Order: sequence, then C-alpha cells, then structure tokens
Amino acid sequence: MLTSASRHGLATLLLLVALALLPPALNALGEPFYIGLGTRVLIFAIAAVSLDLILGYGGMVSLGHAAYLGVGAYTVGILSFYGVQNGFVHFLSAAAISALVALAIGANSVRTTGIHFIMISLAFGQMLYYLAVSVSQFGGDDGLNIDAQSAFGGLDLGDPTSLYYVSFCILVVVLFGLDRLVNSRFGMVLRAVKSNEPRVRTIGFSPYRYKLTAFVISGTICGIAGALLANQNLFISPASMHWGRSGEILIMTILGGMGTLSGAVVGSVVYISLEYFLSRLTEHWQAVMGPLIVLVVLFAGGGLVALLAGRRVAGAGSR
Amino acid sequence: MISLLLIEQALNGVQFGIMLFLIAAGLTLVFGIMNLINLAHGVLYMVGAYICASVTQASGSFLQGAAAALVGTLIIGVLIELGVFRRLYTRTHLDQVLATFGVTLFFNEFVRIVWGPAALYAAVPPFLAGQVQLLPGLSFPAYRVAIMVAGLCAAAALYAVITYTRLGMLIRAGASNRVMVAALGVNIKLLYTVVFGVGAALAGFAGLMAGPLLTVESGMGSDMLILSLVVITIGGVGSIRGALVASLLVGIVDAMGRSLLRPALAGLMSQSAADNAAPAIASMLVYVLMALVLLLRPQGLFPPLTR
Repeated sequence: MLTSASRHGLATLLLLVALALLPPALNALGEPFYIGLGTRVLIFAIAAVSLDLILGYGGMVSLGHAAYLGVGAYTVGILSFYGVQNGFVHFLSAAAISALVALAIGANSVRTTGIHFIMISLAFGQMLYYLAVSVSQFGGDDGLNIDAQSAFGGLDLGDPTSLYYVSFCILVVVLFGLDRLVNSRFGMVLRAVKSNEPRVRTIGFSPYRYKLTAFVISGTICGIAGALLANQNLFISPASMHWGRSGEILIMTILGGMGTLSGAVVGSVVYISLEYFLSRLTEHWQAVMGPLIVLVVLFAGGGLVALLAGRRVAGAGSR
Repeated sequence: MISLLLIEQALNGVQFGIMLFLIAAGLTLVFGIMNLINLAHGVLYMVGAYICASVTQASGSFLQGAAAALVGTLIIGVLIELGVFRRLYTRTHLDQVLATFGVTLFFNEFVRIVWGPAALYAAVPPFLAGQVQLLPGLSFPAYRVAIMVAGLCAAAALYAVITYTRLGMLIRAGASNRVMVAALGVNIKLLYTVVFGVGAALAGFAGLMAGPLLTVESGMGSDMLILSLVVITIGGVGSIRGALVASLLVGIVDAMGRSLLRPALAGLMSQSAADNAAPAIASMLVYVLMALVLLLRPQGLFPPLTR
C-alpha cells in the first residue's frame, strides 16, 4: 500500500506524463487546434501553482494575482514595442520586473492578515489595472498588439507545439522547485506561519521576512506565466489584470485543492476546459460557471483532488 | 474663479462619496455582523440600476422605476441570502470570496440574458433636469443635488435605526457578540436576513440613482464594489461611521485628483507628459490613500470596538 505522499507524487507524475503526451496525441487525432488550448491551460497552471505557494502554504488569500500576469505580459509587449525581440531579455525582464512589483506590493501588504490582506491585494491589483488602462501610449483600454513572439535563436515560439513544450518545461521546473521549497526549512516556517503566526514569532522567527520572500517568489513565477501569455496571444490588454481574472486564478487553485501544488494544475485543466466548452455551448457560459463555482465551494471544500481521494483537506472547509 | 472650481469639484466628490457610502454601508454591516465578505454586493447596485432604467422606460415615471428597483433589490438580496449566503457565515473568508465571486459571475451574465448585451441609457427625471443656483456664479445640476440629499437622508435614517430602535440594538448586539444574542432568544437567522435585505436595498438605491449619470451595463457594479471595499478598509471594516467618513474622503480625493491633477502637473512638466500622467495618477490616487492609511493605522480610521 502506498503512503499518501507517494500516492500524491505518483498522481502528479501521471498528470505530467499525460500533459507531455498531449500534443502528439492531438496531432494523431487530427485536432492540433487544441494544442493552443493546452498551452493556455499550462500557462494558467503556472500562475495557479505560484498562487498556491502563498495561498496554500502561506495562508495569504491574494485577490490581485492577475496583476503579475499583466506585468509579465506588458513587459514583453513594451519591450517588443521598442524593438527588443530577444527572448532571454523578454523573460528575464518579465521575471525581474514582476519580482520588483511583488516586492513593492508585498512589503506593504504581507504585514496584514485575514480580510485586510484580501482587500489590500485587491486594491493593489486594481491599481495596476487602472495604470494599464490609463497609459494610452501602450494602447490603454484597447490593449497592445505585439508584433512577434520572443526570439530564442532557433526556437520558434510562434509554432504552437514549441510554445506548448516551453510552457510545459517551465511548469515542470516550477512544480519541482516549489515542491523542494515547501518541504525545505523555509517551507516549514512558512507553513508554521500559516497555522499560528504568534507562535512562530515567539520561537524567534520573523514571519514578515518569510512571507515577503514567498510573496516575491510567487509574483515572479506568475510574471513568467504572463510573458508566456503575451507570446501565445500576441496581444495584451488591461482585461488580463482585472480582479475577475485574479478570482479565476484563485478558483483554479482551490478547485484542485490548495496546498498541494499539483492540485492547482488539475484546477487549471478543469477550469480552462470547462470555460472553453461552456462558451462553445452558450454565449452565456458565465451564468453556468457562476453557480458551478458556488456549488464547488459549498459542497467540495477541499477541492477535486481531495474529493477524489475521498477526504477533506484539513482547514479547507469550515472554520 | 479658482475657488468656485474647487467648490464644484468638492461637491462632485461629495456626491460620489455619498453614493459610495450607500454601497459601503451594506458591505460593512454585513461584514460587521455576519463576518461575511460579500463580493456580490456590486451586483445589487447593478441590478438596481437595470430595474430602475427599464421600469422608468416602460412606465414613463422615474419614481415608479425607483420604487421597483428598491423592492426588486430587496427581494433579490433576501433570496440570495436564503439560498447561498446563509451557508457561508461559518466558512473561511476564502470560501466566501469564491462563492460570492461565483454569484457575481452569474448575475453579470443574468442581466445580459434579461436585458440584452447592449447598455441601457436612463434619462434624468424631468423634474430634476435643471440646474440649482447654490452660490452666486455656482450652479450645480439639480439631479446631483437630489442624490446628495437623498443619500444623506438614507444615511441619517440608517443611523437613527441603528442607534434608537430595537432592531438597531439587536444589530449592534449581533455585531459585538452574535452567539450571546442567539442565546438570549433572538432569532439571529431572521436578523441576518433583514440586515442583508436592507444592505441590498441600499446598494440598489445607489444603483438606481447612478443610472442617469452613467451607462447601465453588465459589470458596472465591479468598479463601485472595489471602491467600496477600499472605503470600508480605510474606514475600519465593520464601522458605519468609518464608512461615512471614508467614502466622503475617497469621493473628494478621487474628484479632486481627476480635475486638478492635470493643471497642477502641467506646471511641473510638459503639457503632453502631464496629459499622459495625470489620468494614470488620478485613477491610482484612491489606492495610494488606502495604502497610506493602512501603513499608519492598519485597522482603519475608525475600527469598531468589538469583543
């Protein structure tokens, strides 16, 4: 009989293998169009996994995470706007600028807890949204068209399959890195802060530094997801930083089960596919999605992963 | 001349602040008493605007539209409380955020299904169409004056109910210790439903008044919701008095920023740079204010004294 941890590891491995085999499978089925949808799933999975670091392990309910997606995407868009096409410059700048923005926002917000943190993350997210809306030089409300994908020498991100595998590799690296991180001493302190901050303070740690570090790592990863998103759509608009988008990323993280990392990937697969197929079914898909979300929250508190495993994740349901 | 402009902008700010207060009051009451973060509150503002605009068009009477909007939002508020929110009071804030977000998605689409995807335009009622001479040389649209008066009346009524009536006493008691209130034999579930319905009707009231000033469209509640969240965070979550002060503060800062920043910046930099920077800074000003308040007083300006 497998232990819970190794069962979880096995499930994650199976999920990743399935994702790795998706493009050849779709090509064999003659449905290469869906590779783009798969890439979208992967990009949002990276964003949701990054949110899970601060939400599931740090207890910080961020309702402004889409802002980093936007910062990363706008970095790529603005660099291309000024004629810089080098992919390494694009992705490194996207990561660096998201990290700086996360540092500035985190320094002001991770001191607060509970409802105040939710409100502040929301306010900062909206602040960046309105900034993007009002800077008319980069398209303002209408958004910014990007001329071409980031150039990586021989690697052409304009090819859907290449972009898919680049996103996939980044997701795998992020999953592996964060898994190491949350099981390290740093991760233990972070989880301890989530369960009892005063006690952590009492035994001599400074929760602020740990939470801020996690916040910046999370924002940086989400910024990289944003750079991928810019490459996929060749377009970036403030809408991708709206608080509704932050809510969606939050839902992906919860849907799969927070505090599991790979659960966020499951959540993203489910949410994006559901969004796609519902929107093909009816233009009023949100009228179906909304009640579905309510039902999941009311009756599947621990997320799908926990539901499948037949147990509730402690602390995810009632208070 | 400059001072008249200042007064006019301040009045615009006050008018906007009062509308914000009507929404923030419901939000902060619901949080203070039921400990519920309600992201779906902006939806009631939107539905209020839709009902008022469509009934006014059909009946030709703004007052009928307004009455329909008040009753409609009250009923919808009570229904969603009974159907969904009642189950959320004992859940974590995270669950509340998600479920109320789901409700928001539903209603934003619901109004598109009922009223169609195009925005509605509501006219200012004829009896409030003119200008009012407030000071020599300063006239102000009568409709905006009416909003201020109506909003202040609603705020005063709310204050009177909470301070002087038995219901208000129960509300205050519920905010400070709901277990004890229930133990004393008060039907706390009914109290919650009443508070929620009143909050919903206040948001609907703000919505019906906003109709003629803005376009009535799906998603119009989101911006107001976010600003109201900023308001209650600045004012101290759960405090009605804090909500009133903070909404006026936010309204005035916002109006001043939008009107005065451009001329002020033009003195410092080139005209085109000022034209670009001013709207960007103005739209962020409120959030900067909130960050500042939280830095100095993390609990807000008037944190409620509970427990």
